[in-house]
Amino acid sequence: MAKARLIGDRTSRVMVQAMERRAADVRGRVFQFSLLATLLISLFILGVLIADVMIDAWGLLTGRPGGFLSGTMRSLSDDPKLGVQQALVGTFWIAVFVAVLAFPIGIGAAIWLEEYAPRNRFTRFIELNIRNLAGVPSIVYGLLGLFLFVQSLGDLTGGKSIAAAGITLAILVLPIVIITAQEAIRAVPQGLKEGAYGVGATKWTMIRSQVLPYAAPGIFTGTLLSMSRGIGEAAPLLLVGAVSGRLGGNPGFFDLSAINAESFMAMPVIIVEWVQNSGRDPGFAEAAAAAIVVLLVFVILMNAAAILLRNHFEKKRG
Amino acid sequence: MSDTRVDLAEGFSVESLTANPRQARKERLIRDSLGVTALVSVLISGLIIWSLFSEAWTFMVEVDWGAVWDIGWFPRRGIYDIKTLIVASLIVTGIAMIVAGPLGLGAAIYLSEYARPGVRRTLKPILEILAGIPSVVLGFFALEWIAPNVVKTLFGGPAAGSLLAAGIGVGVLVIPLVASISEDAMKAVPMSLREASSGLGARKITTTVRVVLPAAVSGLMAAFIVAVSRALGETMVVFMAGGAAQTAVYTHDPLDGSLTMTAGMTSLARGTDSVVGEGLTFQSLFFVGLVLFVVTFALNLVADRFVHRVREQY
Repeated sequence: MAKARLIGDRTSRVMVQAMERRAADVRGRVFQFSLLATLLISLFILGVLIADVMIDAWGLLTGRPGGFLSGTMRSLSDDPKLGVQQALVGTFWIAVFVAVLAFPIGIGAAIWLEEYAPRNRFTRFIELNIRNLAGVPSIVYGLLGLFLFVQSLGDLTGGKSIAAAGITLAILVLPIVIITAQEAIRAVPQGLKEGAYGVGATKWTMIRSQVLPYAAPGIFTGTLLSMSRGIGEAAPLLLVGAVSGRLGGNPGFFDLSAINAESFMAMPVIIVEWVQNSGRDPGFAEAAAAAIVVLLVFVILMNAAAILLRNHFEKKRG
Repeated sequence: MSDTRVDLAEGFSVESLTANPRQARKERLIRDSLGVTALVSVLISGLIIWSLFSEAWTFMVEVDWGAVWDIGWFPRRGIYDIKTLIVASLIVTGIAMIVAGPLGLGAAIYLSEYARPGVRRTLKPILEILAGIPSVVLGFFALEWIAPNVVKTLFGGPAAGSLLAAGIGVGVLVIPLVASISEDAMKAVPMSLREASSGLGARKITTTVRVVLPAAVSGLMAAFIVAVSRALGETMVVFMAGGAAQTAVYTHDPLDGSLTMTAGMTSLARGTDSVVGEGLTFQSLFFVGLVLFVVTFALNLVADRFVHRVREQY
């Protein structure tokens, strides 16, 4: 009897202990800690990257920020007129091409795929094709641009011009615009659409008055992300033929004749150029870092705006 | 407007319900022009394949194939050793995956299974910012920081560019990609599986490792394959930090400098007087591009299959 009670005591004590998990879960803790560590390492790298670039760029950016933004490409790094003006002009025009070509075509394609497309093999083929395009390496788009816009259509685009580069990058970001816009349109509640049909709207009226306003924040987020991808992309530009060395002219921001002139520069390309120059003239590393800061300001602002916008609407709509 | 109004006194018929012809025409026109924009993507794929094949074909027909399996990549001297480029690409991709695999997967597991909502809301956007950093910036970082501080101090390599420095740089670049696809895959695992596991008395670590990860394995495979494809196609980091300028002798030592497929193309196009050089220099660019395109295309198709399997399962 006494023995039986003793066993009962022991069992219940073990049971209680097991249920309360008083025993330290060492393996679990170590596991959780190492997971957190992997995440923190990634964030730490981001921090080191930004710190490293800022330190390198500090002298130049605090010394003559205005002169750096309005200066041009020079052959020596200590030239007081060294700066990124030509690259800013090029990147501005590339952004215009992306906005004018990729946004309307991409959003149009997304509307068609989500609202009009019949559910058949052909539609599935188009969607698979778009997903694949999104995964094609950017340098392959550069080959396309080189073959098509520089060589075959050179008379139209002016050869190695900002027009050829802009169209190439618009093509590059098109799949991203389509995919993000599709996701935004897919999230529109069916009830809104049925409500519009219920009061007699035609399909296009329904899309214009219900689908597009509701999906607008999502579509806008997608365009911001693709724009930041577009202005940061260098590989296709190198193939399409951003010039190495010095540019002849110094075009203004809205100089339309510069669009198909046979030379251009862009922010990511000037960074590559200066990093390579730093081999013979170490001062160029500082200039490259300063150009990176200028580029990162645009890219990070766009990305942060996109992320905040998305989180805001996700929260609001539950 | 008046012709669309239904006059109930006149009677109500099928005609009253049909749209007026002008409006129907407008609807059709909108539908068709939107359809055309969707076809643009097909046109682009066609143009990519056409441009790659037409020039690569000339190369394959005219090249002396002995020059495609030689001592190194010297395109301007007519030596196009493709294995130099492929081996360098594989080394860089391998190193990148050693860096990005564990870091990306660990971050994904933490965000999906462990992080409290508030922590997740702060950490995830930072990871997304990392995803948006242009690759030229990573190239600069790999050359100016990773090479002297990691490659030289930890591995005794050169402080200048090398395949190892480029590989680590590419790895950092694909961490967010691995993390976000893996996290999506784990988020897709139904809560009921986790609850059943906890209900049987499993600890959190057991639930995560034995239940969630196996259930998400298709998505994790997809993440891995997409990352490999992205690393193979990454250009700027390897071009800036790969440690070779115009040409490369065959090497399989990660501490050496060499050219990957992408870096080989870029440096060729970056030559002082454009790519239209003598011989098959211009065409060799498209031949390498075709090899890269075919490999990444196949990888992306396989990854797409895996993603679909996740959707069908749950």
